Amino acid sequence: MPELVITVARFGFLILLWIFVFTVVGVIRRDLFAGARSGRLVAAPRGVGAPAGPPAKPAKVKRGRAAHQLVVTAGQLAGTRITLGEAQITIGRAEDSTLVITDDYASARHARLVPRDGQWYVEDLGSTNGTYLDRAKVTGPTPVPLGVPIRIGRTSLELRP
Amino acid sequence: MTAAAVPAASPASTGEQPGVRLARSRRNAELSLLLLAMVLVAAYAATVEANVLDTVTTDFWVPAATLGLVFLGLHLVIRWLAPFADPALLPAVALLNGIGVGFLRRYDLAQAAPEEREHLAIFAGTGGRQLAWTLGAVVLAAGLLAIMRDHRSLSRYAYTLGLAGIVLVMIPAVLPARFSEINNAKLWIRIGGFSIQPGEFAKLALLAFFAYYLVRKREVLSLASRRLLGVDFPRGRDLGPVLVVWLISLLVLVFEKDLGTSLLYFGMFVVTLYIATERVSWLLIGLVLFFGGAYLAYVLGSTVGGPFANFYLRAEIWLDPFGDPYDKGYQLVQGLLTLGSGGLFGAGPGGGQPTLLPEVQTDFIFAGIGEEIGLFGLSALLVVYLLIVERGLRAALAVRDSFGKLLAGGLAFTLGLQVFVIVGGISKLIPLTGQTTPFLSAGGSSLMANWLLIAVLLRVSDGARRPVAAGGPAARPAGGPPEQLHGAPTEVIRP
Repeated sequence: MPELVITVARFGFLILLWIFVFTVVGVIRRDLFAGARSGRLVAAPRGVGAPAGPPAKPAKVKRGRAAHQLVVTAGQLAGTRITLGEAQITIGRAEDSTLVITDDYASARHARLVPRDGQWYVEDLGSTNGTYLDRAKVTGPTPVPLGVPIRIGRTSLELRP
Repeated sequence: MTAAAVPAASPASTGEQPGVRLARSRRNAELSLLLLAMVLVAAYAATVEANVLDTVTTDFWVPAATLGLVFLGLHLVIRWLAPFADPALLPAVALLNGIGVGFLRRYDLAQAAPEEREHLAIFAGTGGRQLAWTLGAVVLAAGLLAIMRDHRSLSRYAYTLGLAGIVLVMIPAVLPARFSEINNAKLWIRIGGFSIQPGEFAKLALLAFFAYYLVRKREVLSLASRRLLGVDFPRGRDLGPVLVVWLISLLVLVFEKDLGTSLLYFGMFVVTLYIATERVSWLLIGLVLFFGGAYLAYVLGSTVGGPFANFYLRAEIWLDPFGDPYDKGYQLVQGLLTLGSGGLFGAGPGGGQPTLLPEVQTDFIFAGIGEEIGLFGLSALLVVYLLIVERGLRAALAVRDSFGKLLAGGLAFTLGLQVFVIVGGISKLIPLTGQTTPFLSAGGSSLMANWLLIAVLLRVSDGARRPVAAGGPAARPAGGPPEQLHGAPTEVIRP
């Protein structure tokens, strides 16, 4: 075998090896850095209860007034943010809650946030220690203004635009 | 406010729909990556023959094609049984496995007499045997995918698996040395000419048990008692489980004389514990316990000897391999020289001298390959391992149930830790222990266990990426919470 062929094969193999690596990275690139794009992840229904086809365009809500994010401002999960979609947000210690809080004063299904006509309502789900909107105890579905803290145990949540 | 009213309400505008994005199964990407991997394996075989035989025989492609068929079979099974599984896992593992088979055939060629090399049967020797093991392992992996349609079903057998894991770990320690000892490590069951390494399977069983146990206990284990240097430490009474596992891994270290296996079990538990509780203190406690234990074993080995002597010897070789380069340190020194002579780009596939390196077909396969593809190629292989681990962790992040998270995270980490232990060993970063290099080393037990691990990761990633609507009844636990609650996905990001 001529020396040239062997050299080409030798380096060709190495290059091919790295091409493979980069092709794999290319295939998975989309969710390699998914964690960095927090703003684009959305808490939205995945099929259940939603129309099967592409979702209908949501009714326009006046910009600036609608809540787009739920931010945990105090408690163990402080700093967590959930981008609001059109699905309700359940809060509690249960595994299947949208926001699982491990707080000694929280119930398994503590409260939920439900959107209606662009306004989010907080509703207590019969928790032991209660849900507070600012200082007032939540008894029925209560509209949540932007920036007003919802308190559950030691955890505090806020809606942000 | 009723739940039925919820979907109709439409407040804020949404970005991209995760359901739409995740619904793509990407099986075609997997298939083309697999083909690329097999082309690489064939190219490797051709280069080896060009270097060793000075000519390329007409059937150099047969092993690569056989492997390709085997993996194609698994790909079809995935298409059928786990259509939303991660597309990068199978091709990456297939590449490593194929390079392993190719290198073992290259080792057979080096061992054969020069005049026989050209007529060496394709399916003979270690390479051929590895090919057969690959077939067996892939069939096992496909079988696991077929039996386990939902990874959560594994948690039903958690205690059985835990017991089986402990028994598997203990068998070699209890058996007399002539049935269980190879190269001074008691990790084997040897019956006749046949030997299996039960520890490889034990790590899967134990991890399933750890995941199940920690899901149930994590609330307690994450309770903090006092804060020291900005880290919350757990209460003293919660240290029980970690101490038990620590003791078991020290017993493994002493009675099976293998640091790597011991480190693997303990690291597995500590990391699963960390994933379950999110408390850094567990990592710190684990590191302190492990290094304390290893140092204790070292000191006891130098003073008392007995069961600790082996570990002491290994540590001594690690500290100064060139002190006795022709006897005790021979293997490690040869390994280092092999890597060194490989240099940046290596001698080319088939251009090295693997016969000079003891155990090049198992423990030192990474050094043997490194001599021929150099640092440039070795780092590509390490990146492939890294990608496999990353895909596993990604599946753990994306899957919804805690058991799946712990299972996938733990398995992916275990694979990474095993690569670290062996590659760190041959490059003299840590004391050398006889771990197998996943997917590369010759040996059926390791290959089967690691393919089973990949099958579990595929299953979890399928569960994680599968859109709920396409899941069918199997995707939802019977008697679980109402669909409305379950369907709302959690996309929580820590800044």
